[in-house]
Amino acid sequence: MNIELILFGAFALLTLLSAGTVIFARSPINSAMALVSTFFFLAGLYILLWAHTVAVLQVLVYAGAIMVLFLFVIMLLNLGESPTRGRPTLARIVGGASTVGLLVVLGIALSKLPSGPPPSLGLEGQATFGTMATLGQVIFTQWLLPFEAVSLLLLVAMVGAVVVAKSRI
Amino acid sequence: MAAQVVAREAPNRPMVPISYYLLLAAALFCMGMFGVMVRRNALVIFMCVELMLNAANLTFLAFARMHGDSVGHVSAFFVIAVAAAEAAIGLAIVIAVFRSRGSVLVEDIRTMKH
Repeated sequence: MNIELILFGAFALLTLLSAGTVIFARSPINSAMALVSTFFFLAGLYILLWAHTVAVLQVLVYAGAIMVLFLFVIMLLNLGESPTRGRPTLARIVGGASTVGLLVVLGIALSKLPSGPPPSLGLEGQATFGTMATLGQVIFTQWLLPFEAVSLLLLVAMVGAVVVAKSRI
Repeated sequence: MAAQVVAREAPNRPMVPISYYLLLAAALFCMGMFGVMVRRNALVIFMCVELMLNAANLTFLAFARMHGDSVGHVSAFFVIAVAAAEAAIGLAIVIAVFRSRGSVLVEDIRTMKH
């Protein structure tokens, strides 16, 4: 038993618990707060995978920006708990059951993977893997065009959000 | 010399198999998909889509760790950017629908069904 395994187990359990709260909470506010905690625990898992930069981005962008947007919209629309539970229609029953089936199939497929620990990164890899410098070098050399396309996508999304949400243009 | 390197590396030897991370990502993805299928509130459906995107990110990062390759991190970065754009547009649509219908339940939005 070592600390990495304990941390992984704790983060995994808390992530799944928070995700369950997101799905089953009656009020959207409770769902949103559970989603924030899910993102924090996932950031912990990312750090266990040596992805420090992505973990920081996760907290900044997801737990910071996106969740503020969600909470803002929930409060703007003044949504309370849903008044009725809603009838379980055929589509919802079939959808839920097929999701459980997908989980079983994925579990069987993934359990056939080799279960040994991943290869060690080595001393040099531990110093550079997942750092901002390495990530920046890959983005700005190999992936420069997709990176610029993403900036354009964010600009279009910003303009589109204003156009769609504005009552009169 | 070799023994010294092994001794220095030993405390940082990874112990958790990558397949555990992949199983966790699969479970998270299925929970998000279950929420999309079952919930009626459009906002909660969006949150469940975010859960699914995060499961995909976890898979990218797990494979990046397995191969010691930073490209998985770049993919996760792009997924986060696309998720931000998707959340902005999706929430704007929710606001527009709520203005015209007074409801965010997906079963009340059925104009294009008939």
